Amino acid sequence: MKSDIELIDSNGKRLDGRGPEDLRPIKIEAGVLHRADGSCYLEWGGNKVLVAVYGPREAIPRHSQNPLRAIVNAKYNMAAFSVEDRKRPGPDRRSREISKVISEALERVILTEQFPRAAIDVNIEVLDAEAGTRCAGLTAAGVALADAGIPMIDIPVSCAAGKIGGHVVADLGKEEDNFGDADLPVAISPRTDEVILLQMDGHLTLDEFNKAFDLAVKGCHVVSEIQKKAILDRYQSASEAE
Amino acid sequence: MQKEKRKIVIPSQVLGDIKSKNAGRGTFVENGKIYSGILGVLNENERYINIVPLKGRYDPSIGDEVIGVVEEALGSGWLVNINASSPALLHQNEVPWRVDFGDTERYLNHGDCIKAKILSIDESKKLQITLNDRNLYKINGGHLIDVEPSRVPRIIGKKGSMLSLIMKYIRCRIFVGQNGRIWVDGDTESIEKVLQTIYKIEDESTTFGLTNRIEEMLKKDAKDVR
Amino acid sequence: MTVVPIIKRDHIYKLAEQGKRVDGRNFDEYRKIEIETGVVSKAEGSARVKIGNTQVMAGIKMNVGEPYSDSPDSGVMTTAAELIPLASPDFESGPPRENAIELARVVDRGVRESEVIELDELCIEPGEKVWVVFIDLHILDYDGNLFDAASLAALAALSTAKVPAKRFELGDDYPLPLKEPPISCTSVKFNNVVAIDPSLDEEEIADARLTVATDTNGDIRAMQKGLNGSFTREEIQKVIKASIDNGREIRKQLYKNIGK
Repeated sequence: MKSDIELIDSNGKRLDGRGPEDLRPIKIEAGVLHRADGSCYLEWGGNKVLVAVYGPREAIPRHSQNPLRAIVNAKYNMAAFSVEDRKRPGPDRRSREISKVISEALERVILTEQFPRAAIDVNIEVLDAEAGTRCAGLTAAGVALADAGIPMIDIPVSCAAGKIGGHVVADLGKEEDNFGDADLPVAISPRTDEVILLQMDGHLTLDEFNKAFDLAVKGCHVVSEIQKKAILDRYQSASEAE
Repeated sequence: MQKEKRKIVIPSQVLGDIKSKNAGRGTFVENGKIYSGILGVLNENERYINIVPLKGRYDPSIGDEVIGVVEEALGSGWLVNINASSPALLHQNEVPWRVDFGDTERYLNHGDCIKAKILSIDESKKLQITLNDRNLYKINGGHLIDVEPSRVPRIIGKKGSMLSLIMKYIRCRIFVGQNGRIWVDGDTESIEKVLQTIYKIEDESTTFGLTNRIEEMLKKDAKDVR
Repeated sequence: MTVVPIIKRDHIYKLAEQGKRVDGRNFDEYRKIEIETGVVSKAEGSARVKIGNTQVMAGIKMNVGEPYSDSPDSGVMTTAAELIPLASPDFESGPPRENAIELARVVDRGVRESEVIELDELCIEPGEKVWVVFIDLHILDYDGNLFDAASLAALAALSTAKVPAKRFELGDDYPLPLKEPPISCTSVKFNNVVAIDPSLDEEEIADARLTVATDTNGDIRAMQKGLNGSFTREEIQKVIKASIDNGREIRKQLYKNIGK
């Protein structure tokens, strides 16, 4: 149902004051959990996401093992209290689909051939949700995987773009996602700009798609710098001498 | 003292060119360039670019001495957890006892700890270990802790120098498995001191001047020095 | 399940005989407790509690719903716990198993039976509409003693929760009406000693576990024994005393944290 709110005004200012290309504030922290092999806590706008990586470890059940490489099991889950209307605990179809596309994205960058018959489990928990949770989740997963020492050809990163009130903008917020015209989450390998996750719903002309895609990729690069800094911050201080 | 930092690298960082150097551990090559594949410390010499991992599962090599914990007694051997990406197999022929088929539980069972050696690694990374060596055995007594496998070289020290240092000031027996499992034996106070020392080395493993700081700390606490 | 090395168990036993614990604590001493409230904006109330490295998040969500037929004037409360695979290499994803169910039910009883939430004040239209309170426990990092971390997180979240009346056009938001909560303290037994606030290592080798919830008067409001070992009468008395003493301190910390 379309609302009457003006999502973007004639000066290009959005509801929260952002310009069309501005991202919401992002904060990333690596190595925050004790039991997990690697972990990351990420805040992106109102999103709060926690990711834990376990592995590589034996893949069970046995019949799920791949004799040539590790399988990547990303599990995206939303806490019951993370959304306005309480969500019943447990995976629903949306969570399972998101888990699948994220697993496939991560498989492209993880050097899975180094761990035959193993599993790399990536648990993504959304603790507070505000549009763009799958981008936040994948981005945090990239940091958690690096933190776990998992070999990768790149640290994957994700950002979305969309269309609101006829304008193409980066990083949709809550109302923009609910009342906008299109949503385009993208994930890339930032070193090569290869696309590893791409979904779209809504309506975009080819021209609008190209604009939105470029904004999303640009956003990915901005976020990638934040990811890398978070990992280095966690370990750099440990390497300084007296 | 001059402030020096060991260079921390993360996946996807460009490190060099295959024209001038060889791609060593922890790296990968793409379009003639050498990249970092893991989170680790850069270790470069004239010929090789290597990365020493900061985190990660134990990566077994044949001949490594490890501490395993028996998970399950099977008909013809045992499944042993060695903190690798899958459990290792200890075959009934690879132990110093004469074990009949199906009789394995009598010798080793769930929860037992053993000092073993990596015997073989096949193409699909299936691991076999052995107890057939004079210095390999079932471990009794003492205490067991886990540390990051990547810290093991620092805890052992060059040619065992760090361990010798610890044992000089604290009465104890220590065995450090390549897989990050460490066994310590002695009276409870000694065990406690050794563990604290090891945790400190683990935390500060990438810093310079660590050996001196550890020696200072041990000297201060020492009651009897051998 | 990750296998526990026998050597570790023997070492913990040996230390116990000498009156020591692996991390140097006394047998009636807790690890460091950290309480943070208001951590989730979408929840009506939320809290994150750390006991040592164990971390639990609790969220309170509220809805308007139908009352139970046998209590038409009372609000409804329900508690769920997720032992998500994030928190430990041994937790599997899937429907809640007995551990998660027991945890949720013990926390639930601790809140319900002591009437912490004034359910009678949560009636909107008798027999038709009442407030429904959902307590959701999310385990984030498991390093021993989930019961106490989860209970404390639930209480901290409840203590700062606001009834979302505005959203349902029933007036202004107001604080969830609460009574003084009992505090839950868990101990385990191994090698004939009892230790409060078990670490992961201690929990893994424990024979029996006893949770005791006590109120400001030092009265007992709930108890739960777990695992397949047993307690002697003297051991139970020891556990109760340690629970009363620590419960008092923890309650002080909780109140300080929520600004009471």
